[in-house]
Amino acid sequence: MAYSFPEEVLEHVFSFLTSDKDRNAVCLVCKSWYEIERWCRRRIFVGNCYAVSPEIVIRRFPEVRAVEIKGKPHFADFNLVPEGWGAYVYPWVAAMSAAYPLLEEIKLKRMVVTDESLELISKSFKNFKVLVLSSCEGFTTDGLASIAANCRNLRELDLRESEVEDLSGHWLSHFPDNYTSLVSLNISCLGSEVSFSALERLVARSPNLRTLRLNRAVPLEKLPNLLRRAPQLVELGTGAYSAEIRSDTYSNLAEAFSACKQLKGLSGFWDVVPSYLPAMLHVCSGITSLNLSYATIQSPDLVQLVTQCRNLQRLWVLDYIEDSGLEALAASCKDLQELRVFPSDPFGAVPNVSLTEQGLVSVSEGCPKLQSVLYFCRQMSNAALVAIARNRPKLIRFRLCILEPRVPDYLTLEPLDTGFGAIVENCKELRRLSLSGLLTDRVFKYIGTHAKKLEMLSIAFAGDSDLGLHHVLSGCESLRKLEIRDCPFGDKALLANAAKLETMRSLWMSSCSVSYGACKLLGQKLPRLNVEVIDERGPPDSRPESCPVERLYVYRTVSGRRVDMPGFVWTMDEDASLRFS
Amino acid sequence: MEGMIMAHESDLNLKATELRLGLPGTDECEEMVSAAKNNKRASPESVEECGSKGTCAAKSSEHETAPAPKAQIVGWPPVRSYRKNNLQPKKTESESGIYVKVSMDGAPYLRKIDLKVYNGYPELLKALETMFKLTIGEYSEREGYKGSEYAPAYEDKDGDLMLVGDVPWDMFMSSCKRLRIMKGSEARGLGGAL
Repeated sequence: MAYSFPEEVLEHVFSFLTSDKDRNAVCLVCKSWYEIERWCRRRIFVGNCYAVSPEIVIRRFPEVRAVEIKGKPHFADFNLVPEGWGAYVYPWVAAMSAAYPLLEEIKLKRMVVTDESLELISKSFKNFKVLVLSSCEGFTTDGLASIAANCRNLRELDLRESEVEDLSGHWLSHFPDNYTSLVSLNISCLGSEVSFSALERLVARSPNLRTLRLNRAVPLEKLPNLLRRAPQLVELGTGAYSAEIRSDTYSNLAEAFSACKQLKGLSGFWDVVPSYLPAMLHVCSGITSLNLSYATIQSPDLVQLVTQCRNLQRLWVLDYIEDSGLEALAASCKDLQELRVFPSDPFGAVPNVSLTEQGLVSVSEGCPKLQSVLYFCRQMSNAALVAIARNRPKLIRFRLCILEPRVPDYLTLEPLDTGFGAIVENCKELRRLSLSGLLTDRVFKYIGTHAKKLEMLSIAFAGDSDLGLHHVLSGCESLRKLEIRDCPFGDKALLANAAKLETMRSLWMSSCSVSYGACKLLGQKLPRLNVEVIDERGPPDSRPESCPVERLYVYRTVSGRRVDMPGFVWTMDEDASLRFS
Repeated sequence: MEGMIMAHESDLNLKATELRLGLPGTDECEEMVSAAKNNKRASPESVEECGSKGTCAAKSSEHETAPAPKAQIVGWPPVRSYRKNNLQPKKTESESGIYVKVSMDGAPYLRKIDLKVYNGYPELLKALETMFKLTIGEYSEREGYKGSEYAPAYEDKDGDLMLVGDVPWDMFMSSCKRLRIMKGSEARGLGGAL
């Protein structure tokens, strides 16, 4: 049995396994399979940069070509993680530069990336091809210049939603004249102008360019110059979509667009001047992905554009679309899979648009393939949620954000427990859920009972007691990430379900009622977890043990306590009591 | 007055029983404060949130006539700052000028001027006179620029040729797409009511 196939054959067989889950399963079969597999694993995904150290990864997988690492917890997006918390990529890059000279891909999310790291990347990996920095920060355009100058085989440079310090727009000119392998460029997050002539020349010498996402500073008048040089584009992000209204600008634009026969994705659209929208008319029928979440256009221009895109699969849009627009969307776009509606005026006290629960209900009725929803609105009812759940039992992601916390069903004034209960009960494949509105412990009972495939749950301003948290931790079998803010959840549920935390990637709790004492206990009992208290008020032991901590971040790890913690993060472990006394 | 001071300093329980002078609109904010406090521990540790809500409560009792201002909670609603910032119109747009082309019948090339530089018609006309070395004369509603060698006209948003001076300056600024200095004889057809 053990001598069935030679190594090379097994390696070849394993090369067809692309999912990490499958590869991890293979490793558990027997020692020789473990050995063979680890030498041929080429892609690594690290969901939490502190769950494992670079050294451990390198030791186990010596021949990696692509690395994906995630850093800060999701709530960092909403300023709940203080500056300087961590997630530095440098130690990873330093270790990999020695161990993986053939590394081709680095994808990072919510990590701190310095110019130093970028320079090291550009000089260490001769065959470097793909750099994706998603929601990262800490670097400047100088770092980008190093990448441009040194990565001769670069295919993809994607800076999506990162915070970049703009020192100069000339970094783009650092791509050598004989560099022609660009396939994807996303600079949409850059605040200031890049050298347009450099951009133009770069596009002109990139015959394989498929994705080009420009930043706001690229004027509309100049867009045709780029499109004409890249009619093979599949994804385009425009710059500001506004210009003086002139017929020659318009006709140039329309002509340039009509030459782009392969366009499937559009984004950008800052500062839209509606008169220029019809210039895109001819490409609409091919569009499957449309991101209008920065476009401050309203009906009828907005609706006209969206309904022209009959093959739309993904739509991100502002709430200017209103219920009427969503109804039109539901009637026109039968292939819609993902809808995200963002608030145009998140802090306004009164509604500025006519967008209610009805819009989402219409889409759930009309779009049979809908599986992913992110919806910001101001009112919701149980009836609407029940309707949505019944219409779309195949939902995978459902994130609802009612702008005001703790708002009840506006029709009955009851909590929205029943509505969300219907969602988890009907949508048996649900993997991600975000709750909002007035919710009692009952909704958590429903979730614990039904949401068996749920992997990520976000809770805010909800629940009555520890029982709520207990339902979730004891019932949700597939739970990997749990993030909670401003809920009356405390010690009891956490300690009673401590072992559950070792089966999850991470737990975040902020502004809840978890005491310092409970955190210490958790840290002492479960050595394979890092229990970290984030508290800007000073050392937790300067306050009574019963005092709740500001923020708690618990995650499983095989590399022990962090060694790079800032002054406001404390690890609770066996030595905690010794260290503090 | 006393009621408002008490609202300032008292905690949840007193508020429920005291007599307040606040108008109905102030209730919402207080309820939010009390609802939040139900979920919060007794100690005023959550600096940011208690602080903001405390301010809110204070504000609502002070400004009785204004609707209760929304207490801003950190990180709520969960919209990334990247997204919030990008919704604002780019500042430079309001600072950039309104440049329009100016053509003169018979001139070999056109000029461009920034309408924002001028405070009104007299200044604009003066500038045109200087730029093209001609006289335009005085505007009258009834007769346009009668008697002048030249008359200033402009193309508006609809593409129509209009006489400069008929509409208020601000309206002109926003609707003028280009200027054309016509020979007086041609312009006579534009003067007065058509």
